[in-house]
Order: sequence, then structure tokens, then C-alpha cells
Amino acid sequence: MKQVLEGSHAVSEAVRLARVQVVSAYPITPQTHIVEAISEFCSDGTMDARFICVESEHSAMAAVIGASNAGVRAFTATSSHGLALMHELLHWASGARLPIVMAEVNRALAPGWNIWTDQTDSLAQRDTGWIQLYCEDGQEVLDTTLEAFRLAEAVNLPVMVVLDAFFLSHTFEPVDVPDQDTVDRFLPPFDPRFRLDTKNPCAFGPITGPDRYMEIRRDIQAAMDRAPEVLAAVEQEFFSLFGRRYGAVDAFLCDDAEVILVVSGTAAATCRQAVGDLRKTGERVGMLKIRLFRPFPATEIRAILPKAPKVAVVDRNVSFGAGGIFAQEVKAALALHKGNTAVYSYIAGLGGRDITTATFQEIYLTTKDTPTPPAESVWVGLAQEERA
Amino acid sequence: MSKSAKGSHHPLDDLLRTDRIPHIWCPGCGIGTAFSACLMAMKASGIDLERTAMVSGIGCSGRGAGYVKLDSYHTTHGRAIPFATGMKLARPELNVVVFSGDGDLFAIGGNHFIHAARRNVDLTVVCVNNLNYGMTGGQVAATTPSGSKTTTTPVGNPEAPFNLPLLAFASGATYVSRWTILHSRELTESIEEGLVKKGFSFIEVLAPCPVNYGRRNRQRPMDTLRAYQEKSIIMNDADPTRLQIDFDRAIILGKFVDTERPTCVESYDRTCRPPMEPADEEKAA
Repeated sequence: MKQVLEGSHAVSEAVRLARVQVVSAYPITPQTHIVEAISEFCSDGTMDARFICVESEHSAMAAVIGASNAGVRAFTATSSHGLALMHELLHWASGARLPIVMAEVNRALAPGWNIWTDQTDSLAQRDTGWIQLYCEDGQEVLDTTLEAFRLAEAVNLPVMVVLDAFFLSHTFEPVDVPDQDTVDRFLPPFDPRFRLDTKNPCAFGPITGPDRYMEIRRDIQAAMDRAPEVLAAVEQEFFSLFGRRYGAVDAFLCDDAEVILVVSGTAAATCRQAVGDLRKTGERVGMLKIRLFRPFPATEIRAILPKAPKVAVVDRNVSFGAGGIFAQEVKAALALHKGNTAVYSYIAGLGGRDITTATFQEIYLTTKDTPTPPAESVWVGLAQEERA
Repeated sequence: MSKSAKGSHHPLDDLLRTDRIPHIWCPGCGIGTAFSACLMAMKASGIDLERTAMVSGIGCSGRGAGYVKLDSYHTTHGRAIPFATGMKLARPELNVVVFSGDGDLFAIGGNHFIHAARRNVDLTVVCVNNLNYGMTGGQVAATTPSGSKTTTTPVGNPEAPFNLPLLAFASGATYVSRWTILHSRELTESIEEGLVKKGFSFIEVLAPCPVNYGRRNRQRPMDTLRAYQEKSIIMNDADPTRLQIDFDRAIILGKFVDTERPTCVESYDRTCRPPMEPADEEKAA
């Protein structure tokens, strides 16, 4: 049924439909609406679950790890500093192969306290063994959260569903909320591969010496390697039941493009508009939205980007000393390709600064008019006096 | 505040970053009164304000550090006390005031509070307790009374709150008191005592949060103040185990602990650093 839902509540609805049994969280703006709604669902009986507001995000992740190990479907949500505080336990969740799902609302990191959107928080966790999916709109948030449980439980890895602060978490859109019976068909009850079981007692987290550790890490990598294929299968089934699919990447007007703009998150919606506008004026421009960031969909990217001579990656994030993070990954993915596609890297919209259609037009024109890509990322939309 | 009437000055203007005013605190919030009491105590105590720093964590009370015209530090959530501990180790002569909220100091930062009290770090910790996480929209906190409604406990809090003075006492704080913003004179005097006292001083200040806590719990702003007036009992040296806040029966206020023991830096220097030569001691003096 179509409802006008806040982005945050699209997550909450999906968590209810997924029949999650334990939710543990600590409040942080702009994640709060997600867990507030869940606490209401637990209290009004529409969700058969327990919610605990613990004393920090570190505890929140530890508690969902405990719950997942005890054999139930577990969920948490956080943002920014909260995610950073969880860092240690993010490694634990993936290392223990627990299919936890977390909503992560992209928000900038301090100092320079800022509650607005910026992807550096989640991208800084790229090496923790979590699958990461970046969402464009409210419907995608709900659908991705449902898919995340299937994906996580199929490969035994945790999944982070990422949404932009405010632009997505606090905006209202019509969202088709599926009925419980169909969701139950898509997402059967959790059948944990690893759980506490007194009939078959296991010791979790023992010392693992140099003789065993590396193989365990290789297994995590193997699970990551399987994730794109599993996601495709999960999406196929999702499509057959609900009529929607998103893909690991989404190519828009890329076939004949001279320049492909590469984006993620809500900026993709703006980029679609900008690409459409530019096409009307005869410009040959396309867009590639990257939805799956971990594992990085290199195969899909290599099938699309080399069609164009130039690619402009727009990063709402920065790795100081290296530049835009999606750009680095795209360059690495294309390194194995024989083509001559040039990758231009742009940084825009940090700390919630707006990325408008004009921003994309400027990036497109700069890319078109610059014969070879600069070695460093180009910062777009800086105030003049701030240039150092 | 300072700019409300042309030509008028607030008596604390010299300690405020007036360019940051108006502040963010909601109508009916108690933090402003607690903050004023803290600044007035700083002035009255005679401490060297050139050698005074204010440290806050995150939350509504955490904004205090941004409004005070002294060296101030708006740290990450829960970490005001460890940042302040580092300052005291580097510059033991500084007066370091931690001004923060209950969520910051006793949930995400709870571990730091008990350890700084145990070490007797020479800090003055003023905790504005408004019984919930106000800034993020009124979620349940470690201080929320049992049964209270919040945005994450819509049918009532199933948990028991901390008794903060008991926690401070049990952890080793050498000065512990509790007042409300209605008792602003006693509060100011207590913060002043804490400031001049060496060692870990803890002052809990009960403050209303009508917008996020009060309206979900049938407490209009005046109701909360009336409860502070009618239910409070001043009982200095009360048994810390009897200080659980109970709005239906009694809220015990007063000074509960005032003892002496070596501070963190004193103990460290005596135990872990080589004794000074007489000549160095003269120089240090």
C-alpha cells in the first residue's frame, strides 16, 4: 500500500516487515526517527521484538552481535560519530559472520560539528567486512533494507544500508509498503548458521593463531566475492514479488555518452535531472549510480564505463591525501581494463552543502573541456576565500 | 539576552560570547539558569579566569562551552571528562570545569565519570540533569525515571535510573551535591565550593526539559518548578543510598560529600616521578 513516509520510517517499516526480534541503539541525529518508530512498534504490539536504548553505539553494536549470536534477527541504526564509535565491533560482526543489518545515515564528522550529509563516515568503514548499499530515495531505502536481510543471511556477512542525512532521512515521499504475507514469502524466518546452542556448545571468539587466522580471513573475502551474485538473485526474486529492482549499479543514458557522471546516494536523483536537461541541449552525457560499494562492483563498472572516453566521479566524501573515495575505487576497477577511459575526480557537497543540477552541469562542462584529468581531485563549489 | 534591550548589559556579558547569543535552549529549559549559576560561581570564587577552561560534551548542555568567553572545548559525545583529564595532566594549574548533561556524562561517558572520580582528577563537574536526551528529541536516558514516557519508551521506561550522587560517592568523588535550578543561590554557592576545592567535585543540577521530557509526562514548565519547590528536602550529609529522585515523594537536595584525599596529579607525581632536587623545588615554587 502506498504511504507518504519519511525516509527514516521507510527503514523502520522494513525492519518491522522483516520480523526483526532485537533492536539495540543509541540516539544520534539524524538516525533517531528510525529507532523511535521501532520502539513504538515494539510497544504497540505490531512488532514482536525487544528494543533497548543502550549507553553508546559501541554497546549498541555489541548487543546486536550478542542477539545475532543467540540466533535471532537483529538490527541497529546509527550515523557519523556513532558509526565511528562502533568501529571495533564492525570488524567483530563480520569476523563472526553475523548477518546483522544496520541503517547508517550519512552525516559529517567533527570537529566542525555538522549534522548534515557527507559519506566519509560510512566510507571510512569500508575495510570492516560489511556489505554497503547506498540508497537514492525512500522506496529504495525500504526495499534495500528488506533485501539486506536476505543478502546478509545468505552470505553470513553484515549489511549496512546507507542513506543521506536529511535529504533522505527526513524527507517524505510516497513509498509502496508491501504486505506482510508477501514479505514473509520473500524473507522466511531466520535460520542462523552460527548460534548459541546448548545441545551443540560452541566457544565463540577463541584465540586463533597464525596457523588458522589467514584462512578465516580468506573465507570472509570469499563470502564478499559471492555477494554480487547473491544480490542479483535476491533482487530477481524481489522483482518477481514486488516489481522493483535496483542492481549493484544503475546506468542511465550511458550507451552513447561522451562523459559519464558517477554518483551515489541522493545526488543520483539530482544527477538524473541534470543529465536529462543536458541531453535536451544535445550533450552526450550519462550517469552511473553506484549502489553497492562493498563489495565493489568492478565487473559491472567495467561493463559500462569504458563505453565513454571520459568519466567524472562525484564524491561527497574525501580520503585526505588520496581524494574522492569512489573515484579511487573506479580507477582501480578500470585499471584491469584495456580501454582508454579517463577518470576525472570531483569532490562536492561535503557537510551537507547542496549538490544541484547546476553543480553537475559545471562538472560535466569542466570534464568535457579538460583534455586530460588532473592528478588530484577537483573541489567543486568552494567559497573563493576558502581556497588555500 | 544581552541584546534584548538596547544599551542594557547582562551582568555576565564579560564571560559570554555575546555574538553567539541567542542561545539554542528552548523556552522553559533550565540549562540557562544552571549555566548562569556556573558563570556567577566562577566569578565569585575568585579563581583566575585567565587560567580556567570549560569543557563540554554533546547535547543541549554541551553547548555551554561554545557560549563561554574562556578557553573552551566542545568535545565528542561522552568524552568531556577524558579531554579534561588530559588538560589537567598537561597543565595542573588550570581550573577545569566540565559542564555537560546527564546523557553525555552518565550514558556514553559513564565509564569516564567513575574513573575520573576514582582517580580524584581535580575537576569541577556540573551535570545538568534533565532526565532525557533533549537535543536528539527526547529519548530515554540513564537518568529517566522508571515509567516515564520518552520517544523511545512510548508506554513508559522499563528501566531504573542512576542515583547520580550515589554513583559519584561510590566512585570516590571528594565533593558531591545536588540542587535544582529553582535553588539558584544554593546551586551557585555549591558550584563555587566545588571550584575552589581540590579534587573531583560533582554538582548535579536538576533542570526541566518541558519541550521534550515535560510534555510527554504531563509536566508543564511550571509544574516541574513546583515539584522542585514542593517535593525537595534539603538534607546535607544525607545517606547517598537514599538519594533516588522520586517526584511523587521527595527529591533530596544538599551537599552530601565533602572530604579530602590526594588528587590524581598529586598521587602520580609522588608515586611515579623522581623526587625533585631542592634547587628544582625552589624553582617550581
